[in-house]
Amino acid sequence: MVSSIVTPLDRPNVDTDQIVPKQFLKLVQRTGFGKFLFHDWRFDQNNTPKKEFVLNDSKYTGSHILVSGDNFGCGSSREHAAWAIKDYGFDVVIAPSFADIFYNNCFKNGILPISLPKEIVNDLMKTDSVVHVDLASQTIQYNSKSIHFDIDGSRKKTLLEGLDDIAITLQHENKITSFEKNHVL
Amino acid sequence: MAKTLFEKIWDSHKVDEIDGRSLIYIDRHMVHEVTSPQAFDGLRINKRRVRRPDLTFATMDHNVPTTNRSLPIADQISAMQIKTLEKNCQEFGIPLFGLDSPYQGIVHVIGPELGITLPGATIVCGDSHTSTHGAFGAFALGIGTSDVEHVLATQCLVLDKPKTFEIRVDGKRKNTHAITAKDIILSIIKKIGTAGGNGTVLEYRGQAISDLSMDERMTMCNMSIEGGARAGLVAPDQKTFDYLGGRKYTPKNYDELVEKWKDTLKTDDGAKFDKSFAIDASQIIPQVSWGTNPSMTADVTESVPDPAEFAKGDSSQEIAAKNALQYMDLKSGTPITDIKIDRVFIGSCTNARLQDLVEAASIIKGRKASPNVRVMVVPGSQQVKKKAEEMGLDKIFKDANFEWRESGCSMCLGMNPDILSRGERCASTSNRNFEGRQGAGGRTHLVSPIMAAAAAIAGHFVDVREWV
Repeated sequence: MVSSIVTPLDRPNVDTDQIVPKQFLKLVQRTGFGKFLFHDWRFDQNNTPKKEFVLNDSKYTGSHILVSGDNFGCGSSREHAAWAIKDYGFDVVIAPSFADIFYNNCFKNGILPISLPKEIVNDLMKTDSVVHVDLASQTIQYNSKSIHFDIDGSRKKTLLEGLDDIAITLQHENKITSFEKNHVL
Repeated sequence: MAKTLFEKIWDSHKVDEIDGRSLIYIDRHMVHEVTSPQAFDGLRINKRRVRRPDLTFATMDHNVPTTNRSLPIADQISAMQIKTLEKNCQEFGIPLFGLDSPYQGIVHVIGPELGITLPGATIVCGDSHTSTHGAFGAFALGIGTSDVEHVLATQCLVLDKPKTFEIRVDGKRKNTHAITAKDIILSIIKKIGTAGGNGTVLEYRGQAISDLSMDERMTMCNMSIEGGARAGLVAPDQKTFDYLGGRKYTPKNYDELVEKWKDTLKTDDGAKFDKSFAIDASQIIPQVSWGTNPSMTADVTESVPDPAEFAKGDSSQEIAAKNALQYMDLKSGTPITDIKIDRVFIGSCTNARLQDLVEAASIIKGRKASPNVRVMVVPGSQQVKKKAEEMGLDKIFKDANFEWRESGCSMCLGMNPDILSRGERCASTSNRNFEGRQGAGGRTHLVSPIMAAAAAIAGHFVDVREWV
């Protein structure tokens, strides 16, 4: 269960180049990317926070839920985008739709991406109330509203139980080995 | 039952099911320096090996310098990332085409060039433009670093089956030099949008696709991801089989494989796609992007659009278009051909193969770059560079005051020192015009190589049909 106010980022097509600009992709570890999140929107040329950008509004400090427009996370496959979102403190991203690679990267990093109809997303962007997101029951609650969201059962399990995907696949190693024996390429 | 090409590849690579999802075998895995270090670390932490180093191939491309290779790399952090890949490849026994290799280049240029890419194969890489390899009839998709680790450890991926999306391009281009594969794919993305292909694999079909060379098909498939697609592919034909014959990693039983592929690697008559879109190639003219995503593109004969007109009633698109015009410092109603440029970049996994360079050079012979424009030509690989030099293309470029550089991703994403300065405007043959993509505050217009070369000479965009 995640409970916090939401951070509204009302733009469609937020691409991974904006989530983490390329000048920060040179690190060889997975941690410490939160400070680069939305860097070029968040800071000016002198690295001073831009007042008008939503992440710099103290009202949203401590928010764990990011709400944005259509096709969130499009562009580059860089998982650094998911690492930055998680490291900054967001555990849930809500949008009308997500780009495929980013959507997949979220689950690998303990982020829950939720797609909901545009009207609901727009309503969520406007609320100042605390929003409760419960993965187990697949519901979002705020302002005495209760909204159901869909999620693939196996991905839900992975997030809830924090499973190691590679270990799960390796349980099927016999199948992989026998597949390889008959495979031509 | 009649099947699409994609469904055949999917079915023939399905190893098992895990919790309702599919375990898909991966035939070829390409690795580069930026998205792999954390994956190798993960293997070490969990004491895992690389299951099939013989099916894994590495090169360094994203942040390598495109200047003199005999000099040390000035950027210490880039140097560290490159060294890390060398160490990882050595430790795990993975073949590496390093900085001093004659086969070094952009991962999606060298895969086909070396015969690593094969029809009917599944191919992955930690890079979204892996869709390029689909030009050979492969199912090729970009993945994140956790999945890179997953493939290194298991040679498989757990995937949900994408839907199929037929893209028909019928008819013939009116001018096969001035109107390129880049113009076809930009025209498609303009219509289907940047999310139009989400969750699908595109199959490009029709007369205009059959007419394309392999280099051109790679340009098409490369940009499938800009339409949001998981992958894009073209059914292999004789051009495909001829291209891949006799390359460094072409399988020994290649002729036998080709005979089998000829019968099987195509969409069956009567097979159904989940979605379809059609466009007439004879109606396509040169394209220039004006905004901050690839769907914000216009015909070269048009003007910068009005945001409301562009948005067609979608308020968030209207805001996005307004923001784009502000970022790009453009006014609605300005003819595209009046837009002046400061820089030209001819390169990237979209447009840095031999044919791209031949087309760009064809238009500049005996001309000079506009004195206000700095032009960089960055071949896609060392092999492309060598062949171009054998043809004398380097001399044509240099005579026109175009810089002729070493191979790499370069200014497509500007991880190395090749970047735009704040406010600079660039005609670029790359794939993304996102804010800051080519350098913070830089402004990118996506075009074909021949359009980029013509703009370099004129100092502004021109309708290259008037030149050829």
